[in-house]
Amino acid sequence: MSTELAFVRTEQIPPSPPPSSAIGPKKWIKDNLFSSIPNTILTIVTIWLIYTVLMVVVPWMANGVWNTSSLTECREVLQGKTGACFSVLSERWNQILYGFKYPVDSYWRPNTALILLAFAAAPVMFFDLPRKMLIFTAIYPFLAYWLIWGGTILGPLVALLGFVAGGFAFMRLSFKSFAAGFFGAIIAAFAVWIIGGGLIPETASENSLLAAVPSRDLGGFMLNLMLGVTCVSLSLPLGIALALGRQSNMPLIKGISVVFIEFVRGVPLITLLFVASVMLAYFFPPDSTVDLFLRVVIMITMFSAAYIAEVIRGGLAALPKGQYEAADSLGLDYPQAMRLIILPQALKISIPGIVNVAVGLFKDTTLVSVISMFDLVGMIRGPILASTEWNGVYWELLGFAAFLFFVVCYGISQYSQWLERRLATDHR
Amino acid sequence: MSELAIEREIDRSKMQVSDEVAIQISGMNKWYGTFHVLRDIDLTVNRGERIVIAGPSGSGKSTLIRCLNALEEHQQGQIIVDGTELTSDLKNIDKIRSEVGMCFQHFNLFPHLTILENCTLAPIWVRKTPKKEAIERAMHFLEKVKIPDQANKYPGQLSGGQQQRVAIARSLCMKPRIMLFDEPTSALDPEMIKEVLDTMIELAEEGMTMLCVTHEMGFARQVANRVIFMDAGQIVEQNEPEEFFNNPKSERTKLFLSQILGH
Ligand SMILES: Nc1ncnc2c1ncn2[C@@H]1O[C@H](COP(=O)(O)OP(=O)(O)OP(=O)(O)O)[C@@H](O)[C@H]1O
Ligand SMILES: [Mg+2]
Repeated sequence: MSTELAFVRTEQIPPSPPPSSAIGPKKWIKDNLFSSIPNTILTIVTIWLIYTVLMVVVPWMANGVWNTSSLTECREVLQGKTGACFSVLSERWNQILYGFKYPVDSYWRPNTALILLAFAAAPVMFFDLPRKMLIFTAIYPFLAYWLIWGGTILGPLVALLGFVAGGFAFMRLSFKSFAAGFFGAIIAAFAVWIIGGGLIPETASENSLLAAVPSRDLGGFMLNLMLGVTCVSLSLPLGIALALGRQSNMPLIKGISVVFIEFVRGVPLITLLFVASVMLAYFFPPDSTVDLFLRVVIMITMFSAAYIAEVIRGGLAALPKGQYEAADSLGLDYPQAMRLIILPQALKISIPGIVNVAVGLFKDTTLVSVISMFDLVGMIRGPILASTEWNGVYWELLGFAAFLFFVVCYGISQYSQWLERRLATDHR
Repeated sequence: MSELAIEREIDRSKMQVSDEVAIQISGMNKWYGTFHVLRDIDLTVNRGERIVIAGPSGSGKSTLIRCLNALEEHQQGQIIVDGTELTSDLKNIDKIRSEVGMCFQHFNLFPHLTILENCTLAPIWVRKTPKKEAIERAMHFLEKVKIPDQANKYPGQLSGGQQQRVAIARSLCMKPRIMLFDEPTSALDPEMIKEVLDTMIELAEEGMTMLCVTHEMGFARQVANRVIFMDAGQIVEQNEPEEFFNNPKSERTKLFLSQILGH
C-alpha cells in the first residue's frame, strides 16, 4: 500500500561520544544535588550542617594534647583554645585495654591470645582455607583460656580431654543410634572431667609456668572482646539447636525450646546479668565458686541464643518444603538432611539477622559494667573518671570507646556482606 | 496436555516385565485429618513395569505415589516395596527411600550445591560410596541425560528441562530399582518436555520399574504397559494403554479422556 512506510537500514550508524553535558562530574552534580528546588535547598542545608560540625570537630582534634598527666595540665597547655585532652588515652592506655588489675608484665598473654584468635577464626570464617586448620580452632579455646587466666595447664588439658573422649564415644556409638552416641558422649566427657579434675592437685596453680590471674582482675576492652567472642561462638550452635528443637515433632523437645526462647526473649538482659551476679550462686552447690565471668557468659549466651534461634527459624521457614522432601526421598537421615541440605541454606538466608544479633550482643557486653565488672565502659565510668586527674574528660574517653566498638562492628558487618556475596549461588 | 508425538522408534522388545513383584499395595487407606484421600487401594507392580497414573486434579495421584516412599504416611493397609514393608520403623523407611528414586514437578534440586555435588551427595553419605567412584558414576549419568558439561554449574543457571534431567540423574546415582515420577514435565515448556520424556523413555528401555503421574498421553500410549485412572481417591480403571484410550469402560474415564484429548 504505502511504500514510504517500508524501511530497510543498509548501513550501521557509527557510535559517537555523548555530548559533554551528558557525562562527567558536572552532570552528576546537577542530576544528584541540584535537580530541583527542594533538592537544592536540602543540599545547601546539608553542606552547612557538615561545615558547622567540622568547624567544631577538626580544631578540637587538631589541637588535641597527648602528653600531659592531668586535665588541669591540659587546660594550661591549651590556654583557652578549644582542643581535646587525649592525654587521658595515652596515660590510661593500659587501663582502657586491660583493666586496672591485670598484671602488667602479663599483657603479652592476652595479646598472644588475640593474635592466635585470628588463626583460629580464619578457617571458620573463610572456608576456602585448608580444613586441617580446624584442628587449631578446636584447641584454641583451651589454649586461650590458659594464656589469659594462667595457672596450671592441667585444667584446660583435662577439659580438652573430656571433649575428645566425648567425641570418640560419639563416633563409636552413633553407628547404633544417634541417642546412644549422644548420651555416651556426655557420660564419657563427664567421666573424664570428674576423674581428671580430682587428679589435679590443689596446689597445681601455685608454681605454674603462667601466673594465675583471677577473673575479677580482667577488664577493659579485653573483657568486652572476650565476652563478645565467647558468647557469639557459643550462642550460634545453641541457637541452631533451639531453632531445630522448636521445629521438632517431639513434644517434649519442642516444649522446652519454646519455653526457653519465649522466656529468655521476654526478659531484659540487664535482669539476667543481675541474676548472674547475685542470684545464680544459689543454684550452684554452696561451696562451689562458679566464676562470675562464666556466669555472665552463660547469661549473655542464653540471651543471644534465643534471638539467633528465632532468626534461624525464619530461615528454616523460608525454605520450600520440596527441599526437605528431596532430601528425604534420597534416603538422607535427619542429621544428614539438616547438616547437608537444610541448615546451609537456612543459615545463608539468616546471615543478616545473625549478624544483627552478633553486633548487638557485642555492644551489650558493656552492660556488665552495671554489675561492677570493669569492662571498657566500667573502666571509664569508674577508675578513670573518678580519678582526680581526669575528672571531666567525657568526650575523649567515650568517643574513643565508641570508636573501638565501631571498628569491630563495622568489621563484622563488612565480613557478613562478603559472606553473602560469596554464598550467592542461586542466581536469582 | 497434547498428545505430544514422540518421534523416535521405541524398542518395546527390551521392555521385559518379569514375574517378580516390585511393589505390592493391599487395602491401603489414607486420611488427611478427616478427609479420606485414598480409599482401598490395591495395586501390584511387577519388576520392569511402566505404569502411568492419570486422573483429574485432586484425585490423589500425588498422594498415592508419595506414600510409596513414605513422604506421606498411610493409616491402613499394607505397602510392600522391594520386599520391605513400609511401617513407621525409620530403618525400613530409609532403606526403601534409598532403593526408590523420585522426581518432583518442581525438580527440588539443592540450589546451594553444584550439579555434580547434587548427584554425588546421597551416594557418598547414604551409600558410603568413595568420593572418586561417586563422581565417576555421577558423570556417567549426567552424560546419559546429556548435560555433562554443566556439571560445575549451579541449578539456578540451568533451564527447567535441564534441571529436571539433573534431578533424574541425581536419583539414578543411587542405583534405584524403582523410579517414581510426579508430573515431571508439567512445569516445563513444550520443547523441554520432549528432552525430559526422551530421558524417561531411555530409562524404560533399560527395564527400569517406573510409576509415573503424568498428563502426557503420548508418553502413556507408547511407553506404559498399564494406565491407571484415579478419581476421588480410588482406582477407577486400569488397562493396557491401547484398550484404555480406545475403549474406556467407565463413564468417568470417558469424560476425563474427552476433556484431556479432545479439544
Ligand atoms: N497436606 C495435605 N493436607 C490436607 N489435604 C491435602 C494435603 N495434600 C493434599 N490434600 C488434598 O488431598 C487431595 C489429593 O491431593 P493430591 O495432591 O494427591 O492430588 P493430585 O491427584 O496429585 O492432583 P494434581 O493433579 O492437582 O496434582 C486433594 O483434594 C488435596 O486438596
Ligand atoms: Mg499432584
